[in-house]
Amino acid sequence: MTQIDSISLDLDLQAIRSQFPILSRTINDKPLVYLDNAATSQKPRCVIDTLSDYYGRYNANIHRGIHTLAEEATLAYEATRFTAQEFIGAASAEEIIFSRGTTEGINLVAYTWGRQHISAGDEILISGMEHHSNIVPWQILCQEKNAVLKVIPVTDEGELSMEVYKSLLSEKTKLVSIVQVSNALGTVNPVKEMIDAAHAVGAKVLVDGAQSAVHLDIDVQDLDCDFFAFSGHKVYAPTGIGVLYGKKELLESMPVFHGGGEMIKEVSFEETTYNDLPYKYEAGTPNIADTIALKTALDFIQNIGKATIRKHENELLAYATTQLESIPGLRIIGKAKEKVSLVSFVVKGIHPQDIGILLDNLGIAVRTGHHCTQPLMKRFGIPGTVRASFAMYNTKEEIDILIAGMHKSIKMLS
Amino acid sequence: MSQQAILEIEKEIIEDFALFDSWEDKYEYIIDLGKKLPVLDEEHKIADNKIKGCQSTVWLVAAYEDGRVFFKADSDAVIVKGLVSMLIKVLSGHRPEEILEAKLDFIREIGMMTHLAQTRSNGLLSMIKQMKNYALAYQTLQGLENK
Ligand SMILES: Cc1ncc(COP(=O)(O)O)c(C=O)c1O
Repeated sequence: MTQIDSISLDLDLQAIRSQFPILSRTINDKPLVYLDNAATSQKPRCVIDTLSDYYGRYNANIHRGIHTLAEEATLAYEATRFTAQEFIGAASAEEIIFSRGTTEGINLVAYTWGRQHISAGDEILISGMEHHSNIVPWQILCQEKNAVLKVIPVTDEGELSMEVYKSLLSEKTKLVSIVQVSNALGTVNPVKEMIDAAHAVGAKVLVDGAQSAVHLDIDVQDLDCDFFAFSGHKVYAPTGIGVLYGKKELLESMPVFHGGGEMIKEVSFEETTYNDLPYKYEAGTPNIADTIALKTALDFIQNIGKATIRKHENELLAYATTQLESIPGLRIIGKAKEKVSLVSFVVKGIHPQDIGILLDNLGIAVRTGHHCTQPLMKRFGIPGTVRASFAMYNTKEEIDILIAGMHKSIKMLS
Repeated sequence: MSQQAILEIEKEIIEDFALFDSWEDKYEYIIDLGKKLPVLDEEHKIADNKIKGCQSTVWLVAAYEDGRVFFKADSDAVIVKGLVSMLIKVLSGHRPEEILEAKLDFIREIGMMTHLAQTRSNGLLSMIKQMKNYALAYQTLQGLENK
């Protein structure tokens, strides 16, 4: 980064914003201020165009036809696998399995690796800040296998206690499944350190990368995680497509998940042999269009550069934090030393939902509620929070609009 | 005191809302209604009376006297509570069959329909269903007694 960065970043910002058609919408006659990016990000024009180009020009089923359309579609679909491989630093493209999203990725691991390796008395370790989709699949598995689900506690700052974490690890621990970035608090967890500690007791580690993939540089080989799951729709790609990464030797030894077409080599009524990785886990006609558009989105991010995006988002985080803290009665939930550009907060005596409704009337989209982390909300003794989460296209001016909206809402509600 | 028909009360509310020319006025009025609705005694805030939304909670209690159903309710969010207050104003004190027939079009007329949408998940829709369930239960009870 150079000294002229502050100038060039401003210029870039306008250029970036102009690529997101939805940002010129108005809500209740006011310009949309979209601060719900942790729920899903908006899509750039190039991603939208990729979808219509696919359906308008080369829609075909993949991996089976010999005609031109099928070949073009197959090539485009498989190109995404290489881009995704690079995006998270996987060793090979076979380790990239397309899923519907983080939730399906986690469930795939629970229903295949989990069923094979978890037995009575084994322990699965998750954290107190997990999204429901990284709680419920393990709960189901533990019930089925009489295994034990253990939880790493969350500190008042919204961090995981590494001391307690290490004390919970033992030879009984078979799996640690943790979120890299909390969707409710913004906390960046020290997953590398956690993975090393887990491996030391022989446990496997799944990293929920739903929130981290868009903000942080991901290198699954450096992390040495065994599984990594993320969702396309949070990285500027369409909904309905995600990636599950798994170490090759693990994926190869795991049982199959869904049975059907694509995932087989040969089928007879007596016996079926299964396809190689990654197709073994991609039964049926996949989500071709959205997979192709995932590549466009990942390229879009890489062309701008994660470092540039991160710098801008960190500025937004710092600015929003200072501005919000100046509001009387407002308390930020989640004060971890390392955070992504997301601020969760509550206001004394006011229900988060009331704030959300009034902000919506001002054209400001925030998320209110428990953010699918009910146990975490219980830990903090609150029904939910208001959450403002920022993406590459958000501006300081939008934060000013949020702050003004907060003052107005609090005044109306007090 | 003679009981005003449900439709008449709805009409009054619609007329009141027609006077507001900004969303702020509208919401300030609803917030005010929410604040003025008497809080429900803690003894009523039990699981049985709870209508759980995704974000906010509504508590609803009903009583049946002289052929009429009376409602009391509360919520932990004030805008929902204001809407709850209007529902009570419209439905409380009426005969079960009147409550069951009520279409509650006023909610749409005053532009508050979005608050009943599934996405708002605030328990308001469930509250209306529950109010009607009470009415149906009392109606059935009445029918049995009259036999
Ligand atoms: C931390 C975290 N994990 C998992 C998920 C689930 O992702 P999806 O709904 O895309 O499967 C989310 C989405 O909100 C999330 O934020």
